[in-house]
Amino acid sequence: MVEIVQATRRHPLQAGQLDVASVSVTLADNATRISLRARDNAVSALSKALGITLPMKPKTSASNGGRAVLWLGPDEWLIIDNADSAVVADLAKAKVLNSAVDISHRNVGIIVAGKGADAVVNGGCPQDLSLKAFPVGAASRTVLGKIEIVLWRTGEDVFRVECWRSFSNYAYAFLQESARDVAI
Amino acid sequence: MSTSTHSGSNRIPGAGRLTPAKTVRFTFDGQSLTGLEGDTLASALLANGIHLVGRSFKYHRPRGILSAGSEEPNALVDIERDKSRKQPNVRATVQEIYDGLKVKSQNRWPSLTFDVGAINDVFSPMLPAGFYYKTFMWPKFAWKTIYEPKIRAAAGLGVVPGESDTDRYSNRFAHCDLLVVGAGAAGLTAALSAASTGASVIICDEQAEPGGALRYESDVIIDGLPGFEWAVTAIAKLRAMDNVNVLTRTTAFGYYAQNFVGLVERISDHLSNPASDMPRERLWQVRAKKVVLATGAIERQMVFANNDRPGVMLASASRIFLNQYGVAIGRKVGVYTSNDSAYAAAIDLKRAGIDVPVIVDTRDNPTPAVVDAARSLDIEVLTGHAVFSAGGKRRVSSISIQPTRGGSERKVAVDALIMSGGWTPSVHLFSQSRGKVAWDAANERFLPGTYAQDCVSIGACNGTDGLQATLDEAFAAGGGKGKPIVATGGPNWIGGMIGSAPGAGADTTVKAFVDFQNDVTAKDVRLAVREGMHSIEHVKRFTTNGMATDQGKTSNLHGLAIAAEALNRPIPAVGLTTFRAPFTPVTFGAIVNHARHDLFDPTRRTPMHGWHQTQGAAFEDVGQWKRAWYYPQAGEDMHTAVNRECVAVRNQAGIFDASTLGKIEVVGPDSAKFLELLYTNPWEKLGVGRLRYGIMLREDGFIYDDGVVGRLAEDRFHVTTTTGGAPRVMHHMEDYLQTEFPHLDVWLTSTTEQWAVIAVQGPKAREIIAPLVEGIDMSNEAMPHMSVREGTICGVPTRLFRMSFTGETGYEINVPSDYGRAVWEAVYERGKPLGLTPYGTEAMHILRAEKGYIIVGQDTDGTVTPQDAGLTWAIGKNKTDYVGIRGLLRRDLVANGRKQLVGLKTVDPTTVLEEGAQIVANPNQPVPMTMIGHVTSSYWSENCGRSIALALVIDGSKRLGETLYVPMPNGVIEVEVTGTVFFDEKGERLNG
Amino acid sequence: MLLIKCPYCEEERPELEFRNAGEAHLVRANPIIEQSDDDFAGFLYFRQNPKGLQFERWRHIHGCGRFFNAVRDSVSDKFLTVYKAGDPRPDIDTLLSPAAAEPEPPATKRPRAKKVEV
Repeated sequence: MVEIVQATRRHPLQAGQLDVASVSVTLADNATRISLRARDNAVSALSKALGITLPMKPKTSASNGGRAVLWLGPDEWLIIDNADSAVVADLAKAKVLNSAVDISHRNVGIIVAGKGADAVVNGGCPQDLSLKAFPVGAASRTVLGKIEIVLWRTGEDVFRVECWRSFSNYAYAFLQESARDVAI
Repeated sequence: MSTSTHSGSNRIPGAGRLTPAKTVRFTFDGQSLTGLEGDTLASALLANGIHLVGRSFKYHRPRGILSAGSEEPNALVDIERDKSRKQPNVRATVQEIYDGLKVKSQNRWPSLTFDVGAINDVFSPMLPAGFYYKTFMWPKFAWKTIYEPKIRAAAGLGVVPGESDTDRYSNRFAHCDLLVVGAGAAGLTAALSAASTGASVIICDEQAEPGGALRYESDVIIDGLPGFEWAVTAIAKLRAMDNVNVLTRTTAFGYYAQNFVGLVERISDHLSNPASDMPRERLWQVRAKKVVLATGAIERQMVFANNDRPGVMLASASRIFLNQYGVAIGRKVGVYTSNDSAYAAAIDLKRAGIDVPVIVDTRDNPTPAVVDAARSLDIEVLTGHAVFSAGGKRRVSSISIQPTRGGSERKVAVDALIMSGGWTPSVHLFSQSRGKVAWDAANERFLPGTYAQDCVSIGACNGTDGLQATLDEAFAAGGGKGKPIVATGGPNWIGGMIGSAPGAGADTTVKAFVDFQNDVTAKDVRLAVREGMHSIEHVKRFTTNGMATDQGKTSNLHGLAIAAEALNRPIPAVGLTTFRAPFTPVTFGAIVNHARHDLFDPTRRTPMHGWHQTQGAAFEDVGQWKRAWYYPQAGEDMHTAVNRECVAVRNQAGIFDASTLGKIEVVGPDSAKFLELLYTNPWEKLGVGRLRYGIMLREDGFIYDDGVVGRLAEDRFHVTTTTGGAPRVMHHMEDYLQTEFPHLDVWLTSTTEQWAVIAVQGPKAREIIAPLVEGIDMSNEAMPHMSVREGTICGVPTRLFRMSFTGETGYEINVPSDYGRAVWEAVYERGKPLGLTPYGTEAMHILRAEKGYIIVGQDTDGTVTPQDAGLTWAIGKNKTDYVGIRGLLRRDLVANGRKQLVGLKTVDPTTVLEEGAQIVANPNQPVPMTMIGHVTSSYWSENCGRSIALALVIDGSKRLGETLYVPMPNGVIEVEVTGTVFFDEKGERLNG
Repeated sequence: MLLIKCPYCEEERPELEFRNAGEAHLVRANPIIEQSDDDFAGFLYFRQNPKGLQFERWRHIHGCGRFFNAVRDSVSDKFLTVYKAGDPRPDIDTLLSPAAAEPEPPATKRPRAKKVEV
């Protein structure tokens, strides 16, 4: 009999040092991520199951504790929760039409925090990131340089950048480069 | 030695705003010189008495410094920090000096003072406008091989660096309520006005110092302060505000649709030792709700003979050099003007102790006040006179003056001459914004006419004369409330002349330069008209007037006036060429900014990439992905390694990284219905836990993509696509789902990167994997070929696919990506003693070709139907709709004579055909032969012991057994047409 | 870079987030299998590509992911309007009338999810 060795996780990114004091670019913790799709008539049941009212307004998010739901499209939300989340089981409780697909390993989260975090992201993201146009809690799929990202403002000076894992090297290097520029 | 001589003998003590103690050392053509901190290269050279800075483009005439700003056409130099950081065509009037700056003049050989190319000037009658076009026409090939390279070597402007640029460049997207371009009196006022309302404001200016004309206007009082002091105070006030971003040394170079304006900020070009992190330039991509253009006006030269001699300069430039940098451009300075503004320059110079022997004014009756002011300082004023010619070669030494209506000539010795042909409003950005200019006939200038965007021009660029009027206009543009700013004094932009000055008219052959940078004279413009160029667009292209890097900032209006005169038509009828971006040259570095090296393009790596590296794999680029190509062992070349990998898969087992395959999760009760519409195959009856190979067509009936689709549940499918096809297949599916079949309850989610995919293929595949898997009965009966199960492997969840792209018993283990590496390593360790061999994409290609499995994009090319590819079996016979169903019925798609996929065996089994080679039926026919097909895939197959190939051949399926020919440069290769399966034709190994 | 209003995101977003998807209002016949050769050729290949106003499809591919339609002047690059996929083709004359020059159409009430007690 072959002994089964439990496989361990390996994050695609090695965190590097950034010699910039004012703003940091760091890796987010492992997270549970669900791509949730549903029509309007399923929203209330899903909200109940999740414990969060699904945001219905473009470019917004809602959160409850460690669990957050980002509006990505008129029938699409990105759920981000702690790595040990029960979100899949919670969603299963809602007996309404929906598509919930686990994308925990598809995405990588990068946190940009500190003074000028908006400018760091604006090094490659063409959206208006003023607090008026992109307030705390705002979330949107958009671009960073040559890749697609989901951008979520979790604080006045804190952004979470989510991208596909094979683009995370690019995103991380880009944000570090931009952070150096912003710190000048 | 006094401080002033330290930083140049022409530095006037007490003049200017630089600090005498802050000296800076730099070199010009190897000569060590001293300037002051804050000097431009132009002011520092002039301070050291150097006027000769370069040679002209075509005639190699000695050239000096014409202006003090970005409009400079002449003083272009080469700046070199080191071998890789080298920039040609830098305007000496823009570049600031720093300690250790190394400057070389351009376009001269062997030296600036003795230039062999200047012989062109002597032979210039033989080099008229259009000369190149007419002379170097024949023979045709010679243009590329002889004429162009020689002309380029002899002419050209500067030399490009030979090494890649090591500087950093950066980018910033920015949004604002108001973008103000230009920080002169108008721009600053508009910015202050807008900022006071709380609006977000970006104000940029191409100069290091704000102020625009306030930097040299000596008699301006704004808000009770001298003009420049007010500007400094204003910029400080703006910098202190949170809602204002002040960008100096920043040029607005392009004005695009919807108030999108490109700026380049020069960050380190003026620094001696910029930090390594510091970008050299930063591109700002600004989206403004409203744009205020306060771009000022540009002074024109007078067009007269030898107006290009070093020491001949725009009047306003002499004031900047004096009032900003404390530099006298000469000790005996003549003045030649056709408007009032040069008088102020003469007076400034005279007051600074510089001899101003004469003001020559073409006007018979200039404004009495300015004439009186000059005369009261004992400056001679000659009205109704013109400078017919400038004397001297490498520096102007005299001017010849005559009455404009003719008369006796008088020569006056000078060591510099300042001139003013009047002011051209800078409507460049306005024009770029697609605004239409309007001709102001009274003042002979183009002004902003019809606006195309939410934009406003203020001050000199709008033709607004008088400082108070400008400030009032600017304040209103900013939308501020409160009392307007009060000012006195200030420049006058009215008057002057356009076209050639007296003595350089149509009856003369003198060299009176219109476009200095492209060496275009008034005579050349007239010649263009005589040659039949009747539109300014044609004149421009024939003469190259205004087509140099300065875009004719000083020359366009003159050229237009001369052409209009020659055509005897009014100026607006001849037209003004449209201004295009960039306003001044922009480096490629700024445009590319972050997208260099690792950030040039994303490099995508699979979760197992690191393992492949430790095994010494060679990688292949597949789109943005790096894929393991083959794994050479010690002493192996590619061929040997690939053969070994291919044999191992068929005899024991191979392990292959298939993570890059596109994956889409299709969820919802109508999933099967949706797939029925997107694929040729039937899906409704596919059982849960089963797989099917699917073909996707475009509406035209041609193969778009293929892949294996698994049914995980009644309402959930796991779809795979080709590696390269993943994004476009997703887009294609979303398009149909959203716009053609929106009634279906289905959602699509890309899961390409959720899953690491480990393919284990070969007779021992099951034996290797099974012990690591829990919760799945992997027996042949319970889990036959083309099935999918969910369970765990190495303790982590897996979607285990039993499928094969090799023809062997095979599995594709899908695990969440972060576990990919660990599961791969566990499988490899388990399989290694059983002969498990990692194989790369090359072996994969060969193994699938041995089985006749197509690769979309290699064996298909966008004109291949499923029937052509031998995949008729994959079309659902009873289906009434799917994308491509109608396309497949098109007459040409069902006609005989289509190219069909076949196998080819070379008669000599050791010969490997070239992919792409053409196939003919009769090799003895005359050239050009009738080609009946081409080779799509071709390999050496170690497993078959011979070469194998796939080909698309006309009516191929009817040609089995036929002999065809592949003509190659070194002989004709004979081939036999076969079926597409070369190995295990019955497919028994799949079910092992 | 253009600014394009996405009718689903209800605001203007940078062109970099979008992808053009060709001419709008091409009708895929139903049943397509019975369409005549000429009609099918028209559907497959023939496009208007006018100088001036054109109806075109865009996808907010790096945003909400939705396909939508737009009326754009191919000369000035100005968008006259955008509307959701499936909405009827707007009347050009109405769009060009001075009354329609108002950049923002009157806000429509959009369905909101009921607040859920948790």
